[in-house]
Amino acid sequence: MSRQYIIRRLLVAIPSLLGISVVLFCVLALAPGDPFSEIAANPAIPPEVAASLRAKFGLDDPVWLRYLHWLSAMAHGDWGFSFASRINVDTLILQRLPTTLIVIGAAQILAIVVALPVGVLAGTRPYSIFDQVANTLAFIGFSLPTFFTGLLLIMLFSIKLDWLPMVYNAELSSTGWPWLWEQIRQSIMPVMVLGLFQGASLVRYVRSAVLDVVRLDYVTTARSKGIGERRVITRHVVRTALIPVVTLVALQMPIVFSGAIVTEQIFRVPGIGSLLIAAMLANDTPVIMAVTFVFACLVVMFNLIADVLYGWLDPRISYR
Amino acid sequence: MAETLLDIRGLKTWFATDDGLVRAVDGVDLHIDRGETLGVVGESGCGKTVTARSVLKLIDMPPGRFEDGQILWQGRDLIPLGQDEMDKIRAREIAIIFQEPMTSLNPVYTVGHQIAEVLQQHEKLGARQAMQAAVEMLRLVNIPNPQKRVHDYPHQFSGGMRQRVMIAMAMSCKPRLLIADEPTTALDVTIQAQILELMQEMKDKLGMSMMLITHAMGVVAETCQRVVVMYAGKVVEEAPVEALFGNPRHPYTQGLIRSIPRVDRAAEHKERLEAIPGSVPSLLDPPPGCRFASRCKYAMDICVRGMPPFKEVGPGHRVACVL
Repeated sequence: MSRQYIIRRLLVAIPSLLGISVVLFCVLALAPGDPFSEIAANPAIPPEVAASLRAKFGLDDPVWLRYLHWLSAMAHGDWGFSFASRINVDTLILQRLPTTLIVIGAAQILAIVVALPVGVLAGTRPYSIFDQVANTLAFIGFSLPTFFTGLLLIMLFSIKLDWLPMVYNAELSSTGWPWLWEQIRQSIMPVMVLGLFQGASLVRYVRSAVLDVVRLDYVTTARSKGIGERRVITRHVVRTALIPVVTLVALQMPIVFSGAIVTEQIFRVPGIGSLLIAAMLANDTPVIMAVTFVFACLVVMFNLIADVLYGWLDPRISYR
Repeated sequence: MAETLLDIRGLKTWFATDDGLVRAVDGVDLHIDRGETLGVVGESGCGKTVTARSVLKLIDMPPGRFEDGQILWQGRDLIPLGQDEMDKIRAREIAIIFQEPMTSLNPVYTVGHQIAEVLQQHEKLGARQAMQAAVEMLRLVNIPNPQKRVHDYPHQFSGGMRQRVMIAMAMSCKPRLLIADEPTTALDVTIQAQILELMQEMKDKLGMSMMLITHAMGVVAETCQRVVVMYAGKVVEEAPVEALFGNPRHPYTQGLIRSIPRVDRAAEHKERLEAIPGSVPSLLDPPPGCRFASRCKYAMDICVRGMPPFKEVGPGHRVACVL
């Protein structure tokens, strides 16, 4: 694995991102309505003013010209202007992104921390009671959609028991420990819902990866070396079983982000996902374009991370 | 009388499957003396490998289980031993190498690491010392440029070289017994000879004993002092190697010997190789009598009624056949 390989992969990513942006832009251009449709419908604004505004922002230009405008602005670091929020799109995204990253990050950590030991234990003791219980729970876990479990938790813990806040507040007034306490209290439910959903499918991947490795010849070799069952499992089974799992986790990250859109909506988490939904409802094209483009960048980035990790974990694979 | 190192008595290793109990090893007696090479022969599925793995308790339990018998290692029964006790014997006193050198090494660790792991565990060496010792082991098994090769991964070695690495790993703690489970079956013929020679050399150098499991009668003739012939989970004949080839008593052994290809004769006369008709009976519900009876051309009524007892037919030569 070389630095050259990573640089080359990053260079290859540029045309694919360009292609993605063209498709996104065209699809958005085809969608009905634009940020000024409301202005046009407002009788208080004279049609000439509306027309001059449209001309100023180039909304009636051909699609390819608008795309080139957008592209050159992006190249200069100008992400556009949100008509609905009246601030720059990049400021808006930067406001929302940390919340999303914290919630998703915590959920992913929870998923891995739960799924790894459970999956390994279940895989090394197939068809035991533990394995069957873990399997059943995992099956239930990923069969229930997050919008259902989310609402269920809100019903139980916010409405019936009144233990946890129902709405996520990004601007908590308190500081220090009380702030941390509030932060944890309001994050528990979204993190749990997202993390356990992810963890449930991860358990099954880990379990089947471990099952595949455990019956391989080199595990018997490792046992014959008298190094102890614990070492056999951690060094020889888990280490190799993790190769497909790690890449899978990395490749799934974009799906996690899109799953977070739903979770953010349910718990009113003011993250990038709820920003996207709000922008769509408000016909705020620059924001929709920017957020979807950020998602596209994440997909490309995690693909690269998956490949790099794969080469790093498996010495049989070398990139030149 | 030489000192007995390993003494397997009436070993029964059975497996619970969906179809019922498979009696893979069903009452095996064999022993290995210090310094000798014992060949264990028989066709695929006769229980050779299960016997070998039973000695190191490398059988998955469940589905496997020891139904009966003893595995006496220097007089001490291994069957009741716990995991920790077994781990002190594995690699340090009894080492094993397997049939498939391509899959027997972990692909994600360097060969040096995998050899050093054994030394760190049993000889309590530090990481650096263990790696140095691993280099020495690779040199011992004639791997060229060991200083550099020690940092290579298994996929960078050929099949024969990997089997050398396996031998180096097995030898690293100077065990008293090496169990070689078809060590040359997966290799080219020319490499086979090299590996056998290497194992012989190692054995002489370290003064250890060897249990060589194979279905190649030629290999047995070349390397072993004594031979045990297994059929369908049981030992059918046991003899010093000269007696076995010179005067095979069991019809199955005779068949095995006749099925050795003779290149010289085949080239001249285009003789058809003699095969034993039929195949190994199911070990699910074995018949009460001699298990070879259904394929034996001398089979009589009494063969089907009960398992023929062992009888001594010469010095160290025992056979389970009524003939």
